[in-house]
Amino acid sequence: MSSFQSQKPNMLLDVCNLKVHLAVDGKTVRAVDGVDFAVAPGEVVGIVGESGSGKSTLARAIIQLMPNVAIAELSGTIRFNDADLMTASGTVLRRLRRQNGFSMIFQDPLGYLNPTQKVGRQIAEALDNSDDNRVLALLHEVGLPKPHQVARSYPHELSGGMRQRVMIAIALASEPALLFADEPTTSLDATVQRQVLDTLRRLHKSRGMAIAIITHDLGVIAELCDRVYVMRGGKAVESGTVVDVFETPQHPYTAELIRLSTRHLQVAQQGAQRAAP
Amino acid sequence: MARFILMRLMHSIPLLIAIIALILLMLQLIPGDPVQAMVGDYPVSPAFREAITKQYHLDDPFPTRLLSYFTNLVQGDFGYSYQFQRPVLDLILTHAPRTILLTVTGFAFAIPVGILIGLISGTTPNRRTDHLVTTASLLVYAIPSFWLGQILVLGLSVKLGWFPTQGMQPMISRAQGFDWFLERVHYIALPALAFAVHEGTRFARIMRASVIDTLSQGYIMTARAKGLSRSSIIRKHVLRNSSLPLVTIAGYAFGTALGGAVLLETVFAWPGLGLLFVQAVRMRDNMTVVAVVIFAAIAIILINLIVDVLYALLDPRIRSRA
Repeated sequence: MSSFQSQKPNMLLDVCNLKVHLAVDGKTVRAVDGVDFAVAPGEVVGIVGESGSGKSTLARAIIQLMPNVAIAELSGTIRFNDADLMTASGTVLRRLRRQNGFSMIFQDPLGYLNPTQKVGRQIAEALDNSDDNRVLALLHEVGLPKPHQVARSYPHELSGGMRQRVMIAIALASEPALLFADEPTTSLDATVQRQVLDTLRRLHKSRGMAIAIITHDLGVIAELCDRVYVMRGGKAVESGTVVDVFETPQHPYTAELIRLSTRHLQVAQQGAQRAAP
Repeated sequence: MARFILMRLMHSIPLLIAIIALILLMLQLIPGDPVQAMVGDYPVSPAFREAITKQYHLDDPFPTRLLSYFTNLVQGDFGYSYQFQRPVLDLILTHAPRTILLTVTGFAFAIPVGILIGLISGTTPNRRTDHLVTTASLLVYAIPSFWLGQILVLGLSVKLGWFPTQGMQPMISRAQGFDWFLERVHYIALPALAFAVHEGTRFARIMRASVIDTLSQGYIMTARAKGLSRSSIIRKHVLRNSSLPLVTIAGYAFGTALGGAVLLETVFAWPGLGLLFVQAVRMRDNMTVVAVVIFAAIAIILINLIVDVLYALLDPRIRSRA
């Protein structure tokens, strides 16, 4: 059976047996090692795992945005709508990135925004017709006050939360069907994290786009996602609906992750009780 | 910005005073007799020595001479060169434009060529083109410019006769208009080429490293995620950001070169400040030596200021801090 036949119906993204092996200092690192992954239209899917588990590499390999590293093996199939991303030409990939395909927001918005260009210009660049009103509408949509002022600012003149919203505005410019969010709240303060998560939730509802969130924070998964993939050592050790995975984890690693996460919560609650008069 | 420029100019005044005092002190310390140097190998009569010593205050204490030099300087008097029999300011004003012409011509080729080679090399790192370009530019950079100049003279001037060997113009010329321009181009071609090759390969190496660094930045990943083509990523995101280190290096090199490319001007007998400086040192013409150093110092200070302003224009983060 060819891998194309194994494509699940109605899936926006369907990844089968994806392997990304990197060549690092003469050794092969199996960053992603035979992962199956799928996202339905309008679904919010989480990918959770510790640092180095391969979750970011998985996302970048899917949208063909690998950093400049030596790749020892890259195999499997990636279907996005009708396109086979593994064999897609540069032109096809660029078209998908520019219009109704997929986009990505990154962990560190300061490093991922050009320091020498104004924010408005960087958003306009992602639009097919660089229309100022569209730029302002996008800034407004991601919940930034005074869009005119923000558009004229340079990234270093904005706060961390504002920069992440600008990243989201850039990602939304192409009206993507699927948005990858790579640790979108990790570099932010707790209150700003909440605002960015609320923004993502609101955008998901208003636009109906699918979102794949990569995080190490189970709280984010519990709050936003319909389904979750748990990754460890380049493999997806468990996947399922958030409720199923959280209530009856099948893999010991998932159980441990949940136990540690709840333990943090309990410690915090105990601390709060002790501090209370 | 105006305040920043004014502050920088104010800061450069004590720096300039220190440089002038230092060069005068160094000239005081080096051995040799200026009166003897003035007359060459002939014996100096005591009467002549006394007259000259009195005329130029040679036996005044150093602080007195320093003070009188500064007093004259603020009145625009750089002294009189008894070797060239001309006011020093006159000498500087004659020679400086020639050095500026050579430097500007050299840089006009070195900068774009350096940027282009660095871009080609940096955007294809570790491929065949890059290896070829990197090796070739390292080899050429390793050649001292005065030696390269001599090789160019031997090959293109002496052997092939395509270019004049020395100088900046023919002894006698009736050329006018465009012919006059072509004649000058003919003379400046080789020294400018020797200059441009050396600086251009240096700029190419700096640009290559900077392009590779820029390409590894997160915002390049964002640009790719936006679906921009490779050429538009290079044009819009790589070129400007990679040029920032080059502005510093090129600015510094430009400032230094304005002080006179001593070796190159000597090889090509290009009558600029470098050659004037060498002649003045040989003849112990202290007034001229000090004036060339002052000109070089002012050039470096001004160019550094321009570099800082350019940097602020190119990088808004620095603008905010300024």
